[in-house]
Amino acid sequence: MATRQTTTAGRILVAPSVILLFAWMLAPLAQTLYFSLLHYSLLDPTNVRFIGFQNYAHFLSDPNFAGALGNTLILVASVLVISVVGGMLVALLMDQQVFGQNVLRLMVIAPFFVMPTVSALVWKNLLMNPESGLFTWVTRSLGLPTPVWFTNWPMVSVILIVSWEWLPFASLILLTALQSLDEEQKEAAQLDGAGPVSYFGYIIVPHIARAVTVVILIETIFLLSVFAEILVTTSGGPGIATTNIAFLVYKEALLNFNVGGASAGGIVAVVLANVVAIFLMRMIGRNLEG
Amino acid sequence: MARRQSMSRRLGVTALAWAVGLLIFFPILWTFLTSFKTELDAFAYPPKFLFFHWTLENYVEVQDRSNYLLFAYNSIVLSIGANVIGLVIAVPAAWSMAFAPTVVPERALTRRLYIVILAAIAVAAVLLWLVGDARSDWRVYGPVAAVATLPIIYWIMTRRTTDVMMWMLSTKMMPGVGVLVPIFLWFRDLHLLDSRFGIGLMLLLMNLPLLIWMLYTYFKEIPVDILEAARMDGASLMNEIIHVLTPMAVPGIASTMLLAVILSWNEAFWTLNLTTHDAAPLTAFIASYSAPEGLFWAKLSAASTLAIAPILVLGWFSQKQLVRGLTFGAVK
Repeated sequence: MATRQTTTAGRILVAPSVILLFAWMLAPLAQTLYFSLLHYSLLDPTNVRFIGFQNYAHFLSDPNFAGALGNTLILVASVLVISVVGGMLVALLMDQQVFGQNVLRLMVIAPFFVMPTVSALVWKNLLMNPESGLFTWVTRSLGLPTPVWFTNWPMVSVILIVSWEWLPFASLILLTALQSLDEEQKEAAQLDGAGPVSYFGYIIVPHIARAVTVVILIETIFLLSVFAEILVTTSGGPGIATTNIAFLVYKEALLNFNVGGASAGGIVAVVLANVVAIFLMRMIGRNLEG
Repeated sequence: MARRQSMSRRLGVTALAWAVGLLIFFPILWTFLTSFKTELDAFAYPPKFLFFHWTLENYVEVQDRSNYLLFAYNSIVLSIGANVIGLVIAVPAAWSMAFAPTVVPERALTRRLYIVILAAIAVAAVLLWLVGDARSDWRVYGPVAAVATLPIIYWIMTRRTTDVMMWMLSTKMMPGVGVLVPIFLWFRDLHLLDSRFGIGLMLLLMNLPLLIWMLYTYFKEIPVDILEAARMDGASLMNEIIHVLTPMAVPGIASTMLLAVILSWNEAFWTLNLTTHDAAPLTAFIASYSAPEGLFWAKLSAASTLAIAPILVLGWFSQKQLVRGLTFGAVK
């Protein structure tokens, strides 16, 4: 069906999108790369000179960078574990015969639609406030020690907030995958006398392995650039306890006006994201061919 | 599920599931409740769950004090406007990917395509020259950069359709901080900071790959024969897209739009970095509560409830599309 004429027309119709995306992504990315090789501060814009890889050397040897990299990895890994394991449990639970399943599903997915600034501020104030937050009331009622969340455990607090935002996403995707499981396969397993454990291990896990991988890859890409939650709760503090790479680059660029250094950091962030993106792209690409 | 379960087991599972569901939903419910409290009740310890003095004064005050409606207006205009324009660009692109794909890389482009690309580059060069005032670099480097893109765009355009799609997808994978510095400087020089046009453009470009991908998956389900029949009857390409494809794909287009609006509404990297007041949407407005004065929990809750309620309702309608859109078809 794709005649010469239609493919030519097709290319013309794709052109605007390609040009726009090109202008938005590759052009500024190239400029970031270029800036990263310059000594360039907005505080002293006349003194711009080429300094090779010194920005990278500074950035990578800066203890703040090591800290931010560690924080990024901790944040991503913890949220992944909590949201995927938790999401899995929630999905398995909701795949059962439950009364009011539709309403329940709406409740579980709801946090995903809450904007990041709202989730962060609601959690920080209404729930985690040390004086009259709800968590304080819960821990005191149970006779447990009451933490001052953002002072004692700043990273844990951020992780909890971000996990709350992403657990529904994992649940929804995994539930969708679970529900696409063939009825006959379920019945066959039951007739063959599969217990809950072997049912889970031999039927469910192979079926949703792909969905789990997709969830992990997509969440990682988003979690590598968590920003708003940190900005409105801790501003990266105390110290650099909750500064991740994204926030470090933001600080360097828009608060310290160090264009060169921030650009080097931006490139590092892009490289990190690409490590994950390559795997995700490959999976999606395979789907596209098939 | 076909497996029969005993009633007692079913009730037990239901109770457990509802407990978990309520736990997950609770912060939203709590925000909603707190928005009707007085500031004193909101801060009360032990917390007051239902027996407090219900009041609407927070909603009134949020509008009076901080002009909530301006931010809500910005959110609505930006998330709908950017994606409507996005659809106008994305529908033809998705059409060509679904119905006129190229399966082998081309050696050369046709003359018509050349003219289109050259025209786009010429327009870009002239625009860049016009907006760059004399002392900025834009006047010199802008047009040069525009012309320099020709070979790269040429290269992209001669790839196979699947490669172009993957390339578009890859733009979604790039973290914002990777281009934060140049984009910020461009916005500064072009006077786009805190303008609806600037942040709208940003949101449009962020969602464009998603729009094209989702539309593509919906268009794929439409039989080619119908479009071909229209073509046989002498419909022009534009008529084919507007009068034949679009009406058939309305559900898909609507779902795509829904998801894109939700994502734009909640976008909180560019909106926080590129807007301050005039063009700031609700994400940025809520962020202003991070530096509070005095008791503000009830007001924060009221503002938050207003900011999330509309999108929560839209989101509930879009669950299925969410899976499809956010996984780029990798989970069905």
